[in-house]
Amino acid sequence: MINQEERNVKIAVEQLDFFYGQTHALNSISLDIKENEVFALIGPSGCGKSTFLRTLNRMNDLIPKTRVKGSVQIGGQDIYDPDVDVVQLRKSIGMVFQKPNPFPISIFDNVSYGPRAHGLKNKKELMGIVEESLRQAALWDEVKDRLNDNAMSLSGGQQQRLCIARVAAIKPEVILMDEPTSALDPGSTTKVEALINELKQNYTVVIVTHNMEQAARISDKTAFFLNGYVVETDETNQLFTNPKEKQTKDYITGKFG
Amino acid sequence: MFKVKPNHMIKVKRNQIFAFTLLSLAAALTVLTLFAIVFYIMLNGFSVISMDFLFDEPRSMGTEGGVLPAILGTIYLVVLVMIIATPIGVGTAVYLNEYMPEGRFKKILRFATELLAGVPSIVFGMFGFIFFVIVLRDYTGGWSILSGALTGVIMILPVIIRASEEALRSVPDPLKEGSLALGTTRWYTIKKIVLPLALPGITTSLILSIGRVIGETAAFLLTLGGSLLFAQSIFDGGRTLALHLYLVAMETGDLQMAMGSGAVLIILILIINFAAAGLFKLLVRRFSV
Repeated sequence: MINQEERNVKIAVEQLDFFYGQTHALNSISLDIKENEVFALIGPSGCGKSTFLRTLNRMNDLIPKTRVKGSVQIGGQDIYDPDVDVVQLRKSIGMVFQKPNPFPISIFDNVSYGPRAHGLKNKKELMGIVEESLRQAALWDEVKDRLNDNAMSLSGGQQQRLCIARVAAIKPEVILMDEPTSALDPGSTTKVEALINELKQNYTVVIVTHNMEQAARISDKTAFFLNGYVVETDETNQLFTNPKEKQTKDYITGKFG
Repeated sequence: MFKVKPNHMIKVKRNQIFAFTLLSLAAALTVLTLFAIVFYIMLNGFSVISMDFLFDEPRSMGTEGGVLPAILGTIYLVVLVMIIATPIGVGTAVYLNEYMPEGRFKKILRFATELLAGVPSIVFGMFGFIFFVIVLRDYTGGWSILSGALTGVIMILPVIIRASEEALRSVPDPLKEGSLALGTTRWYTIKKIVLPLALPGITTSLILSIGRVIGETAAFLLTLGGSLLFAQSIFDGGRTLALHLYLVAMETGDLQMAMGSGAVLIILILIINFAAAGLFKLLVRRFSV
């Protein structure tokens, strides 16, 4: 186990502001996310945590009339630099969504979708990637005999793990997760949480959750968002047992949220 | 306290029966009318249908002989219209739905498409006559299959665009986002996710358009030329079965022969629709990811 202090900073966010039209959704956010760390974003609905997550792979670019100020550096590269190709960026920053969104095609085609899009044609190599990714997502044993079945035939929990496998297949450096278990039953949630713990061996994971127990269980560090501001960032243990700010304390003790 | 009046339930039931009777009568009337028309035309039409009628050319303005040039004219026209209209219509719908930013210009374009979809076909025929038949006669051959086809294209484009857009819009955003988030380009996402999922809706619009072209007379009356001869190329004039039916009925008054064309037309519509549905089904299977 590497010491927390010795890890490199993977994502450095500085003075980030974000606007939807006239709405100021994020206010001068600054935080550092380290390599191989699970970083949780918590806060009440509408506090900006999902918006923040989507600034990290520039998914917000898809929404018209949005504006970004400040800088986001990933691996030392400012991702809002005009020279950055957003397609290339998203190859190295994978994303898992709130509701499982497998494509209505076969399991194999789902997992190989990314590598194929990036030009890989060799069937054998693709098969290798598919197996490896499904193993990483702890889904291989359940689907290895029916890779040609339509992904929609899987259960919700399996679908979400398939989406994680689909992301793992593009071998990103960072995986963003937007409340990945909010649509899942408790059993599937446990599996996905165990999986996140495995994933941090290879990836940096940033996860949005409004389930505080989940943040406490799986993350190394937690940032508490409120009304577009980061109120407090700390080691997860620290933040939940000994919050510095009164608002954080009120939130985690359930006074609002 | 809530209390049901004794005869209330009986009244509700009586209303139910009344409504049910009315609705089933309406349905029966629709089906009966349809069957009556088809039956009448088939009954009268079949008496003139023979091998000669199907495979001969018309003589004496269509009161004698057969309808083969009109059958072929219909097929040429449908194929040509669809070859030109499909890429333009679907391409426009993709551009409108996937690339063009929301804004005033897009609203105007959408409104214009709606408007065009509601224009009576004779107005398209008038335009086609002036523009394709007269102004561009050096390129279209004047009254010709090409002039008719171009007019038909303009007539059905709004239909294809609107229905295709509807089909494209029905593709869930999370799937598009899922694809884009994997580091794929917009075009790759359209090719692999959006179009395959919208294909059934798009093909439905194409089949409907084919039906409109086969059944149309007004637009082609002014642009096809109504020639009774076999068309040698798309620059020759011709007629479709629907047009033939109209011209025979109006110009010669030979309703027997007109109904013969009508019967052939109905059968041809069935054949072309089934063929198109089969072809598109094959396409859907081929292009689904």
